[in-house]
Amino acid sequence: MDNVSSEKTSFFRDPDKLALFYQFVVMVGVGLLAFYLVSNTLANLERQSIATGLGFIDKEASFEIGESLIPYSAADSYGKALLVGVLNTLIVSFIGIVLTVILGTILGVARLSSNWLVSRLSAVYIEVFQDIPVLLQLFFWYAFFYEMLPSPRQALNPFTGLFLCNRGMIFGVPKWHSAHGYMIVAFLVACVIVFFLKRWAKKRQEATGNIFPVFRVALLLFLGLPLAAWLLGGAPTEMNAPRLSGFNFKGGVSVSPEFAALLLGLVLYTAAFVAEVVRAGIQAVSKGQTEAALSIGLKPGQVLNLVILPQSLRVIIPPLTSQMLNLTKNSSLAVAIGYPDFVSVAGTTINQTGQAIEGVAMIMIVYLFFSLSTSAFMNWYNKKIKLVER
Amino acid sequence: MKLFKICLTLILTFIFISSATVMAGTLDDVKAKGYIQAGVNGDLFGFGKPDEKGEWKGLDVDTARAVAAAVFGDASKVKFTPLTAKTRFTALQSGEIDVLTRNCTQTLSRDTALGLDFCQVNYYDGQGFLIHKKLGVKSAKELDGASVCVLPGTTTEQNVADFFRANGMKMNPVVIENTAELAKAFFAGRCDCLTSDASQLAGTRAVAPNPGDYIILPEVISKEPLAPAVRHGDNQWKDIVNYSVLAMINAEELGITSKNVDEKLKSTDPKVKRFLGVSPGNGKALGLDEKFAYNIVKQLGNYGEVFERNVGTDTPLMIERGLNALWTNGGLLYSAPFK
Repeated sequence: MDNVSSEKTSFFRDPDKLALFYQFVVMVGVGLLAFYLVSNTLANLERQSIATGLGFIDKEASFEIGESLIPYSAADSYGKALLVGVLNTLIVSFIGIVLTVILGTILGVARLSSNWLVSRLSAVYIEVFQDIPVLLQLFFWYAFFYEMLPSPRQALNPFTGLFLCNRGMIFGVPKWHSAHGYMIVAFLVACVIVFFLKRWAKKRQEATGNIFPVFRVALLLFLGLPLAAWLLGGAPTEMNAPRLSGFNFKGGVSVSPEFAALLLGLVLYTAAFVAEVVRAGIQAVSKGQTEAALSIGLKPGQVLNLVILPQSLRVIIPPLTSQMLNLTKNSSLAVAIGYPDFVSVAGTTINQTGQAIEGVAMIMIVYLFFSLSTSAFMNWYNKKIKLVER
Repeated sequence: MKLFKICLTLILTFIFISSATVMAGTLDDVKAKGYIQAGVNGDLFGFGKPDEKGEWKGLDVDTARAVAAAVFGDASKVKFTPLTAKTRFTALQSGEIDVLTRNCTQTLSRDTALGLDFCQVNYYDGQGFLIHKKLGVKSAKELDGASVCVLPGTTTEQNVADFFRANGMKMNPVVIENTAELAKAFFAGRCDCLTSDASQLAGTRAVAPNPGDYIILPEVISKEPLAPAVRHGDNQWKDIVNYSVLAMINAEELGITSKNVDEKLKSTDPKVKRFLGVSPGNGKALGLDEKFAYNIVKQLGNYGEVFERNVGTDTPLMIERGLNALWTNGGLLYSAPFK
């Protein structure tokens, strides 16, 4: 056999070289196809005299947007209109993800509850909300809001400062006062103190075995410091209360029925999936772990926090990430119920400028960016919580 | 920038691959396949919508049929593709349809940037406001702060924003893509008013739970010349669509209807003889049968007949002729001479 390996192998018999050769062929093929598609499209656009390029970004948008986190008017550019859309998508996705994780966790734990009623109710919820298409749920909640709630002139007013009508939920907010600035500073200070407190408490526990009640102290700091700042700042209570004027309410902060319906629909739908993910994660940790932890004298809360959760999180995080991405992507259904998300604004832009290729490409890039950022963050978190073997 | 553009196009190219094959003369294509593929609304009563028997009805539908009558001598040789406001231009650009008769407003930017040409206007429309009587609003100038229901993907969003800005008023748009969903939200009171082209408002009011509760405000805030469109650069096909629409208008000017067109063949009026192809020339110039105008009028009627049948005062839409009357009656319809 020795003499065989020393002989010069033919090119077509050497698997390494052949593999390289095939890869090269495929790459050239893909490259040629891409070149053909791009040049063909550009030529067609040219011949049909369809304008291309991103020149429209600076032009005046001249359409209004229903709700915006930043000041926007029809006199602003398409670029700014698109930014408003991006922010609207971000806010609904972010709040949606936070609420979904909370609700999903509660449902997932409830599903495993030893209480028959609680676990059955949770199971029914999961089955119902998982199995109805999310678009239908959105239509349902939107119709629910505008059909059930009265017009602004007959708005429900359950308590002072809060109005409910088919224009949305309008509530008073404190009028800006310098004391509010102090409260924000106080909150940040509390964050820093808690961070160092946690490190100190951990060190002390490792050295002496004594446990410091970090959670209670942190809660006290988070609530207490801003409260103290508010009192020191003169305890301002003046409210920016909404009042009826013309067709709608002026003043206060309003949450539109479109936003509420989209958020509610997405959260209730996705939470059903998250609940199943959480249940799977908890069931993946064998019962022996719980028994072992109890037998060495840990309290039930500690068993959950120190033994069960760290292990189940490893199972939960990857599918949970995928659910977060689903929620973000599903938020593009907003256009069906009138919430001005990015897809809706981009759609209007495409129609007014006629530049569909650029517009759709922008939509794809923005969603890709959202999804990749979410994935990157969750992957980092996943790495952080993986089992550290000592 | 160039690289970016290439990346952008790469992503979406597959949509356009099909467009590579359709640029030859549309008339030849259409004759070869034996029918015309027309893009229509599909959901707009009076303009383009199938009736309960599944038969397409409407002013735009009849305009497409007129082109079929001109090309094939048979108004039924046309197939319809329902399109949304967003997809309509892409469908025309990509060659999926041969002519777009879908209540499209002719504008300069559409005419120049979208690779299409608009033909003779077949309906002069204008944007207005529909509002519930109980709000007591008498003029659109009283709408400061109102929530306005509006369909996306049209010039409507821009017009209404322009109108509110010009009058120093604030508005709160609610933009819903589906016509039916938008109307439901409006009837339930989510918005104070609904804005759209006046013809569409009439259609929406016709399906309201209580049509009598709603009024259309007097202000018309925009000019909306609705015109058929064809692909840019195919002049012969554009001429054919143009003169198909003009034939209906010219017939009304000459007093020719679907009922008396056969008698008019015996007319001694040279204008009528030229129009109906008794004295030849017009058909050959367009590359059509000499009887093309006769076929249109015989099978569909003149503009007045088409209007009254689809949107006129005897239909649920109850639209007056207004701007769409002949110029001799104070309207804007004025046909080029057929000679």
